[in-house]
Amino acid sequence: MQTFLQIIANGLMLGGLFAIVAVGLTLIFGIVKVVNFAHGEFLMVGMYLTYLLTSGLGVHPYATAVAVIPILFVLGAVTQRLLIQPLMHARDEHIQIFATVGLSTALINLALLIFGADIANTPNYGVRSQIQIGSVRILEGQLWIFLAAILLVIGLQLFLARTNTGRAIRATAQNRAAARLMGINDRFIYVLTFGIGAACVGFGSALIAPLYPTSPTIGTYFVLIAFVIVVLGGLGSIPGAFFGALIIGLVDALSGFYIGSDLREAVVFGIFLVILILKPSGLFGTRVSQAHVSP
Amino acid sequence: MLEVRNVDAGYGSTVILQDVSLRVEEGEVVTIVGANGAGKTTTLRTISGLVTPKTGGVFFEGEEISKLQPHAVVDRGITLIPEGRQLFPDMSVRENLLMGAHRRDARGVRSETLDEVLGLFPRLGERLDQHASSLSGGEQQMVAIARGMMARPRLLMFDEPSLGLAPIIVEQVFDVISKVAASGMTVLIVEQNVWHTLKAADRGYVLENGEMVLDDAADALLENDHVRQAYLGI
Repeated sequence: MQTFLQIIANGLMLGGLFAIVAVGLTLIFGIVKVVNFAHGEFLMVGMYLTYLLTSGLGVHPYATAVAVIPILFVLGAVTQRLLIQPLMHARDEHIQIFATVGLSTALINLALLIFGADIANTPNYGVRSQIQIGSVRILEGQLWIFLAAILLVIGLQLFLARTNTGRAIRATAQNRAAARLMGINDRFIYVLTFGIGAACVGFGSALIAPLYPTSPTIGTYFVLIAFVIVVLGGLGSIPGAFFGALIIGLVDALSGFYIGSDLREAVVFGIFLVILILKPSGLFGTRVSQAHVSP
Repeated sequence: MLEVRNVDAGYGSTVILQDVSLRVEEGEVVTIVGANGAGKTTTLRTISGLVTPKTGGVFFEGEEISKLQPHAVVDRGITLIPEGRQLFPDMSVRENLLMGAHRRDARGVRSETLDEVLGLFPRLGERLDQHASSLSGGEQQMVAIARGMMARPRLLMFDEPSLGLAPIIVEQVFDVISKVAASGMTVLIVEQNVWHTLKAADRGYVLENGEMVLDDAADALLENDHVRQAYLGI
């Protein structure tokens, strides 16, 4: 029983970490309708920034979020404005996917050029210390990530539901043509949303860097799991991404212990295939609006 | 107030409008009538900035607006209520109406505007918290009109407001349009329902195969032989 509780705790903590990566991905997908294959590399860039700022300035890694979040926001906004937007009228929308894959490769190679293939360990300032809750032990940093993920999801939901800008973002996603007729600058909304999605992962990277060694390919591992989560939760659903992440975190931890740690990813991607076949809209999926103004 | 001057426009290499000109003066109710496919919707989309004219221009209060993005045209005070309602399906009626007031000039006074608009559409007041997609077609059309008015536009354009509605609802929609016009709003309507529209309008244009073939006072068009034969079936 004690072991089981510990595995559940590990799974939930892992889920919180996945959630903080997946939320930005699902936001960008749901609003801009672009699958951002460079999302993991945004995480990698954020983690290197945290590493550099923490080791260079000697500040707590969490404090670097103040700089990493705006930098990642700009990275996302620039990606939308200079890479995706010019391709919006491309004959085939899949070209946008190739563009984000290209960006991902470019960022990985840029990191290899600057930092080499060695791993970079961010000073952890004690967030790797264990804390005991009841009979289970978790890392302090994991608990912060879990709480931060909850805050991020609630914050984003409130922003989208209650603010004028949030409403304009949702309107653009639901019916872009009508949104333009309301006076909404749809291009600006896309740039803003891409920026927010990247800023979310920037927030995550300041929290993740002290727990995981940073390397040029660190993003690839996280983003593959994040794609599974986004599909499980329902494309574009922020609560879906959160609960999807917890489920995948639990599956990962349970299958790692009961089936074998080599087979964890096989189980996770097995679930991915089953969802695609049985419920492609995901747990929280809504129908995709096909409404457009006809010519 | 609005002038469309010698506009050719279309989609890609397809030309829909040829040398189209029209004027709307402040306080007028003007209609463009014509058959399906004549280019009525394209005319409104050109004014809205959704379609850029190949030649000619669109002028609003003396300023050329034909190169502006749609959101900038809305900011100038021109709002289009699109064909087929085009509501935000996963938003409540209230949120749909608030989206109408996104325009800078309208945002600050949106609660006052909402009260005014609900005065005109009392039924919507009871439906504010319902999802827009759960309403009937007629109610959705009322939301679309109310949403357009929330922008406090200087010129309000309707694209086929009666399309797909039951006859009794069509009467209600035209009642509302008459009330909107009576409040002093400048209105441009595009319709296939020629008789109703000409009854509600001051002036009308007849568009056939992308060209303006007639323009006259609305009562004169109702008496015009060509209009009577081609559109009124008399």
